Formats: sequence, structure tokens, C-alpha cells
Amino acid sequence: MNTIEKSTETAEAPSVPPAPDRLKDVVRRLLGTRRVIVGLAMLALLTVLAFVGPLISGWEVGRRDFSAMLEGPSFEHWMGTNRTGQDIFTQSTAGLQKSLLIGLLVALISTGVAALVGAFAGYFGKMTDKALMWVADLALVLPNFVILAILSEHFIGQGGWLVLVILLAAFSWMVTSKMVRGLTISLREREYIHAARFMGVPPHRIILRHILPNMSSLLIADATIMVSTAIIGETALSYFGLGVQPPDISLGMVIAAGSSFATTAPWMFVFPTVLLVLMVLAVNMIGDGLRDALDPHSTSRRS
Amino acid sequence: MGKFLARRLLNHVVLIFLATSFAYLLAATNLHPRDYFEQMQPPPAPEAVNAQLDTLNLNDETPLAQRYATWITGVVQGDFGKTIQGREVADQMWMKAGVTLRLITVATLLGGAVGIAVGAYAAVRQYRRFDKAATAASFFVLSVPTVVIAIVVQVLAVAINDGLGFQLLRYSGEYSAGFDGTWWQFLGNRIHHALLPTTVLAVALFAAFARYQRNMMLDVLGADFVRTAMAKGLTRRKALFKHALRTALIPTITYFTFTFGALVSGATFTEKIYGWHGMGAWLIDSIFRNDVHVVAAVSWFMAITIMAASFLSDVLYAWLDPRVRV
Repeated sequence: MNTIEKSTETAEAPSVPPAPDRLKDVVRRLLGTRRVIVGLAMLALLTVLAFVGPLISGWEVGRRDFSAMLEGPSFEHWMGTNRTGQDIFTQSTAGLQKSLLIGLLVALISTGVAALVGAFAGYFGKMTDKALMWVADLALVLPNFVILAILSEHFIGQGGWLVLVILLAAFSWMVTSKMVRGLTISLREREYIHAARFMGVPPHRIILRHILPNMSSLLIADATIMVSTAIIGETALSYFGLGVQPPDISLGMVIAAGSSFATTAPWMFVFPTVLLVLMVLAVNMIGDGLRDALDPHSTSRRS
Repeated sequence: MGKFLARRLLNHVVLIFLATSFAYLLAATNLHPRDYFEQMQPPPAPEAVNAQLDTLNLNDETPLAQRYATWITGVVQGDFGKTIQGREVADQMWMKAGVTLRLITVATLLGGAVGIAVGAYAAVRQYRRFDKAATAASFFVLSVPTVVIAIVVQVLAVAINDGLGFQLLRYSGEYSAGFDGTWWQFLGNRIHHALLPTTVLAVALFAAFARYQRNMMLDVLGADFVRTAMAKGLTRRKALFKHALRTALIPTITYFTFTFGALVSGATFTEKIYGWHGMGAWLIDSIFRNDVHVVAAVSWFMAITIMAASFLSDVLYAWLDPRVRV
């Protein structure tokens, strides 16, 4: 008796190799890619700069130094001043902060909307598909630049930039949603989707649990492109004074102000532009690395 | 296939109508033509302003529905109303549309073709030197807004011209003012002026296409049908061109349609910075002038170009993907 009890106590279940953990696998692969590390490091640095920069520069956003107008970099003003005596370093880092927020929010909203609309349209087909894709088509034909420009007066005031975010997102989900739809149509006929359907899993669960995770690489790669597209779009609108409105400040506004001085006072143009380019570059590097890491075929492709 | 395309075309016409109407209504409610007249120096009498607004069909005291009805009846007959200065919108539009279309078409063909070729080749040579160089280049270009590219190129052109002592590169205007010469010389002058803006636009497009085509091509290269094609004895070149590239082009074609819309607005900066009097530059100026009819007309034009690109991509799609034709 005694020995038997003892043996059941110590007996261990036959060792089963642990199930492959997708998340762990992806993280391992991500960290193995140099691009991602460099991108993450750059993005982290820029984020710190964006949130700490305006605090440590010694100048407040928008404040004017009437003793130093249009002056080059000095000890007082690290990156020089603009025509009205505003500190370029402060303006740029504060602008970077806003541009970063705008980019991330737009990417998040538009990719979310694109994934849902595309997957529902592709999965349900028929009338749902027709109706949703018709809305997407309409949003595509609407000249988004014109509409954002016409509505620019609504970006003024407290929280006005959030209106800009929503409008930018409202005009950037369509292309991704079409791709998602195309992929969903082909995924819909796969065995595991059929299996899930015949087991009685409700459609919205199939979409969220089986279809969307299957195209996560596309979605993530697209979301990163969207971050850069949103930031670049905001820059473009601000260049014409139709984007973020004062007293809010964005990188686009600083660059726009500096662009006419590109030859005479290069510091006004170069510093914010370099910040912008670095930020978008960092985001793109992460996105591309993510794509490779999330793609199950990519190991076999690696030489 | 004809039926498929005909149905798409009809759909497009409806969408263009809705988009233009929407743009008009939005412009009519959010722009204030009255301000344009009231800000004049010396300030005109209120009656004069009203009379002026009435003749232009821009009076905000007239019900919106009535203004819209007047405007849309005109549009159907090819009359896009008058600009806020009282000139015919339609007359100016065709000239400006030509400028924009020339810029866009050449840039698309150039940027698209080079981008697809580079992207596809980079995918085939993944992680080799060419791929790394192409990816790095397209990465970098994608991270630079068109505005910045345009300005930097312009600054460089000034520097080069100064260095050489003569005007090698033209960076302002569509052609030399008061240029006199034969038709061929005139054409040469225009091409000379078009060189930089078209390159700027094409470079931005090239980067987007190269990156996208590389990703799509990579997806396809690992697919079974490419392996099958090679296993059944096709040469690598033939398998890549006839099977891989052809399949990988399908999503890119869809992508092309929708970048085209962005391209139309992207052309705006280029036009504005290089002093071309195209639709984009006209649009920006009209928004600041509160010119409702011009804004609506430009929206119409943009909707038409986007739909034309979309229709073109449908045709290409049907040609590349036999399943659509059924």
C-alpha cells in the first residue's frame, strides 16, 4: 500500500513538448532582427525627446524671445530661433509630440475600421459586402484633401486636432479594407473556417478569432504605413495652413514655417525635417521587421 | 467581361455624382463667399454684395436646396458656374486640368513602372545587396514627405544652376513666359520645365510601389504554384515572370487605383511649389478665396480621375486574373 501510494505521488505525466507559443516565437524573431531593434531604439529616443524636450529647453511653446529673432543655433537656443523669436528646439519637439499622437491614433482607428469592415464584407458577402464596399468606394472618390481643407476651420480650438485625427482616419481605411476583404474571401473557404462554422461558432467570433489573426501581418504592416501616411498627410495639410491650427502645434507647421527659409536660415527647416524623417523611418523599420517576423514563411526564405 | 465593366462604369458615374454633390454641399455650407466681398477695400454696400452674390448663385440667404438645384442643373449641361471673380469656371478648368493630367500621367507611368520592376527584382533577390539597397532607398524616400522632397530638389537645383553659371534645371513655372519659337522648341521648353516636378512626384510614387510590390512578390514566391511551375520544368525566369509576377501584380493594381487619389492631392504640393497653374494650386487658392464653385469643380475633376484610374485597374485586373472575367 505504502509503496504504491508513494509511487503515484512521484509519478509525473509523460513529458509533452510544450505547445509552440506564437507570441514568444514572434518576439524572439523580432528581437533577432536588427532593423526592429534600431527602429524601436530610435522611436523610443524620439518619444522621450518629444515629451521631455519642451520641458528641458528652458523656453515655453510659443514664447517669443524678442532679443533673438531668426538667429542660428546658440547656447541659449539650441536649434536657433524663427522669424518671431520662437525657439526651434521647443517648437519642433512639441510638434513632434502632437504629430506622433496624430499618427498613432489615425493608424489605430483606421486599421481597426478597415479590418472590421473588410472582414465583415468578405465573410458575409452578398448585400453586406455590396453595401460596405459601396461606402468604401464613395469614401475613396470623395477628394479627401478637398474635404479636409474645407473643414479646416473646425480644427481650431481646444481638441480641434482630434477632429483632424478622426477625419484623417475616415479617409484612410478604404484601401486596407479592400485588401482585407479580398483575403477574407479566400480564407472563408479554408477547412478550419468551415470547421469552426459547422461547430456553431458565431460569425463575429470566427472573424475575430480566426480570420483577422490570420492576416495580422498585413494589418500590422499596413498600420505602420498608415502611421507614416497620417503624419505626412498632416504635414502636407499644415504646409498650406489647413492642418493643425494654432495654438496647437505640429511638426508640419514648424516645417511649413521653415520651408520658406530653407536657403537663408537652414536651421529652421533642417531640424524639424530631420525629426520628421527619423520618426517615419523608425516606424517603417519596425513595421517591416514586424512583417517579416509575423510571416510564417519568412524563415524558409531566409538564406 | 464587357458586362462586368459596364456595371462598374455605371457604378462609377453614380459615385462621381454623389461625391461632387457632397463636395458642393460641404463647400457651400463651410466656405463664406460673403466674407470675400465684405473684406474688399473700400467695403461695398450690403445691397451690392447681395446682388453680386445673387448673380453668382452664392448668396447664403438663398436656401441651400435652391442654390444646389441651380448649380446641378448647370453642371449637367456642362456649366460649372462662375468663379468668385465672375469668370466661367469651365473655361479655366480645361486648361488647368491639362496641366495636372500631364504631370500626373507621366509621373505615374514613370514611378509605377520603375517601382514595380525594382520591387519585384528586390523580392527575387531577397536579403541580397540589390534588395538591401532598394529597400533602404524606398524606406528613406517613404519617410520624406513630398513637400520636403520638392523643396530640397528645388534648393539643389538653385545650387546647381549657381554652380554652373547657367540655367541647367528649371524649377519655376510650366514654360518660360513670352517664349517664342517653333512648336518643337516650345515642346522642348515645356519638357525642360516639367523635368523636376515630374521627377519629384515619380520618386515618391516609386518608393511606395517598390515597397508594396516587394511585399506582394515575397508572398507569392513562397507559394506552391511557383514551385510547381519550376518543378514541371519551366525556367526560373519564365516561372517568375508568367506565374509569380503576374499574380503579385494583382494586388498592386488595386493599390495603384487608390494611390492615384493620393497622387492627385500629392500633385497639389508639387504644382504649388513649382509654380504650375494646375488644379491643385487652383484648389488651395480657391479655398482661401471662399470660391465654392471652383472647389466643387476641382472635386468633380478629382473624382473623375480617381474613377478613371479605378476603371483602368478593373480592366487590368480582368486581364491579369481570369477568374474575374467569368
